[in-house]
Amino acid sequence: MVDSSQIPAPTSRITVRIALAATCIADAMFPQAPQATVTLLERLGHEVVFPPEQTCCGQMHVNTGYYADALPVIKNHVETFAPVLDAEWDAVVVPSGSCTGSIRHQQAMVCRRAGQDALAATADAVAAKTYELSELLVDVLGVTDVGAHFPHRVTYHPTCHSLRMLHVGDKPLQLLRAVDGIDLVELPEAESCCGFGGTFSIKNSETSTAMLSDKMTHVKSTGAEVLTAGDYSCLMHIGGGLTRTRAGVRTMHLAEILASTRAEPTRPPAAAGTAPVEVSTR
Amino acid sequence: MSTFLGLPSLRSRGAHQSDGPDAPGALAPAIAGDEVPHPDEPLRWGDTFPEAARKALGNTQLRRNLAHATSTIRAKRAAVVGEVPDWEALRTAGSDIKVDVMARLPELLEELERNVTARGGTVHWARDAAEANRIVADLVKATGETEVVKVKSMATQEIGLNEALAEEGIAAFETDLAELIVQLADDMPSHILVPAIHRNRSEIREIFLNRMESTPEGMTDAPRELAMAARAHLRRKFLSAKVAISGANFAVADTGTLAVVESEGNGRMCLTLPETLITVMGIEKLVPTFTDLEVFMQLLPRSSTGERMNPYTSLWTGVTPGDGPQDFHLVLLDNGRTKALSDDVGRAALKCIRCSACLNVCPVYERVGGHAYGSVYPGPIGAILTPQLTGSTGHSDPNSTLPFASTLCGACYEVCPVKIDIPSLLVHLRARTVEEDKAKHRPTAWGAAMKAASYVMSDADRFAKAEKGTAVLRLMGGKKGRISSLPYPGSLWTGARDLPVPPKETFRQWWARTHPEGDGGGAGREERSTTPSPDPRRGDEQRPASAATPLPAETSSTAQSPGPTDAAGNEDA
Repeated sequence: MVDSSQIPAPTSRITVRIALAATCIADAMFPQAPQATVTLLERLGHEVVFPPEQTCCGQMHVNTGYYADALPVIKNHVETFAPVLDAEWDAVVVPSGSCTGSIRHQQAMVCRRAGQDALAATADAVAAKTYELSELLVDVLGVTDVGAHFPHRVTYHPTCHSLRMLHVGDKPLQLLRAVDGIDLVELPEAESCCGFGGTFSIKNSETSTAMLSDKMTHVKSTGAEVLTAGDYSCLMHIGGGLTRTRAGVRTMHLAEILASTRAEPTRPPAAAGTAPVEVSTR
Repeated sequence: MSTFLGLPSLRSRGAHQSDGPDAPGALAPAIAGDEVPHPDEPLRWGDTFPEAARKALGNTQLRRNLAHATSTIRAKRAAVVGEVPDWEALRTAGSDIKVDVMARLPELLEELERNVTARGGTVHWARDAAEANRIVADLVKATGETEVVKVKSMATQEIGLNEALAEEGIAAFETDLAELIVQLADDMPSHILVPAIHRNRSEIREIFLNRMESTPEGMTDAPRELAMAARAHLRRKFLSAKVAISGANFAVADTGTLAVVESEGNGRMCLTLPETLITVMGIEKLVPTFTDLEVFMQLLPRSSTGERMNPYTSLWTGVTPGDGPQDFHLVLLDNGRTKALSDDVGRAALKCIRCSACLNVCPVYERVGGHAYGSVYPGPIGAILTPQLTGSTGHSDPNSTLPFASTLCGACYEVCPVKIDIPSLLVHLRARTVEEDKAKHRPTAWGAAMKAASYVMSDADRFAKAEKGTAVLRLMGGKKGRISSLPYPGSLWTGARDLPVPPKETFRQWWARTHPEGDGGGAGREERSTTPSPDPRRGDEQRPASAATPLPAETSSTAQSPGPTDAAGNEDA
């Protein structure tokens, strides 16, 4: 949680320098999410930088139990973002709940178990300045109406790690409710896991599919055009099932909806069979 | 063997009349046949989790029964927990008491032994299942009885006591309604609290008709009729039994008091009517003082059955002359618990009070049911407890698959009344599996893949090159823009889901193109000055490098003790 005494009043129009941790999966597969994050934060008057040394937070290795192999990945992440401790940047933003969760609750633990106490301390300090996108917007920047326009029927899936590791609560919904033109519909059984779970979707693919099937049923019952979430890994999973079954529902990251304006709209990607959406950025 | 656990074999009266050879004493099938055969090891049934889950997922009746039952209990629990204003404080208290118990286990166990002995009971120590079964069998034999009644108990399930007694010619009768159903069907339990949760009432009717003595011919599947039939059957047992066997929910070290918490009153019949009472209890069930019970008597019923107060709470201390059993034996069971205690992270699993709230909220359990976990301890708690109790013998050990039987969604941790951080323990046990593989030089495909991924992902240049390598996936995706079929092991994904093709341009390529100076901050800053800003001041603003915005203000002292963030997000860290 963020100490509210450290948060400026929403009216103070200060430029915040934000380092973007794009996440490996979005960098390689879903660049529209970090691109939209850049577009959005810049529109709000802030500076965004992309430290090019970054790769991955190490979550996949940690969650699969490969602590030793996670360590160099974590070390690279911590060292890449350590300048935030020297006021090079004010904060680090991650457009992913599970990566933020891993940064906050796993990186230092893995360092400590490897006997790397100094790296663990740095990891903890960097983590304390690292925010998931909705946390950064609502808690740090003090904004819920980001001036977005998105005239589509949307339903929101709260991803497990954002909900239960980060406790983001209804911050993403506060942001979505303020979007002009949006038709936001509630997702039944929203807090139930989609069945992704990283390597779980491979190691236990059948159980994963059973969970996915129920999630898709609930998504389709809303009649939404767009399913949104704060994490492209979950969206890759649900979206993969939605296109496979020709469900006619598209998946978009929360940042893509918040980046969309009347002047520069983010068009929802076609539901199946076309290239990923081209987000207008600058 | 002419009887199963002493049950008289009955001819089937149900629709599923056996047409096989009617050997003397052969059991008619209880029901169409989804029973799990009795395993040799109650904590290691045989199939790996993915194998067992695959079978369970194909059982439509099971899926319906589970979805209905778990959603009902979930809603009940949420309602009664929501009305307790100090629930979080209670959870913390419950956790703290158990952490204290684990830290002082040897001295507290000896204190318990002294107090039970001083009040007329006898304490026995059992290192493992075989020792515990031997002790109990000898105690029953010493009474000269060949029948015992049983209170529902996980500890005796864990050691396979009923089967061990049967081999000694002793018939054990389960008296908990759900355990009775499981026992009659020659099945295995699938839930800690509701062992027959995988059965619906029409299945239960069939089991009773086929397997229970004197079941009324015209019995319907109305819950009341089912309960009355079981009641008539059990009364005969209560009134004739001379020996009872129970587990225990709690044992109080400073008084020597034992506690059994149940809903039916059948447990109390067993605990009060017979002459001899034998209690088998895992050594982690201790609480230091009698007043500690007040915390757990609030946590347990609300978490397990969704009740505000437990219906039948039986407490007894040693032997009371002229009242209740006059011969009381307490068997303290280790069976892997001290091994779990020696793991600084894994030991948190020993805080468990067997409420089963984690099962009811688990999305994996809800789909596959309890049998898929291949242990009498199913669900999230089973996934962290079973492999610690048994240890793992390598990849061929089905229990090595249990820590992976979770998406780490965290619903279990959220409801756990003693705040066991189950997702973190699952990850810890996964890491232990990996470390054991390494120590024993057992190469695995996953290990090789993770090592390669680590090499690529720990360096940005290597990562960027690897990203370019994904262009082959673009070819595979073709005009569709998605991949619907990959060779194994990719087929495990594409069997049910498409994979999007990688984009033409990765994010870092886009950033480099749009921020040509490419040193992170500099280019972005220049370009940013041309970006329209909602704040007219900011375009002209030159920020001195040292004047970082006071947010999120972190001092170096916070950096060294990152307590606040951690405490809020991960209380047990």
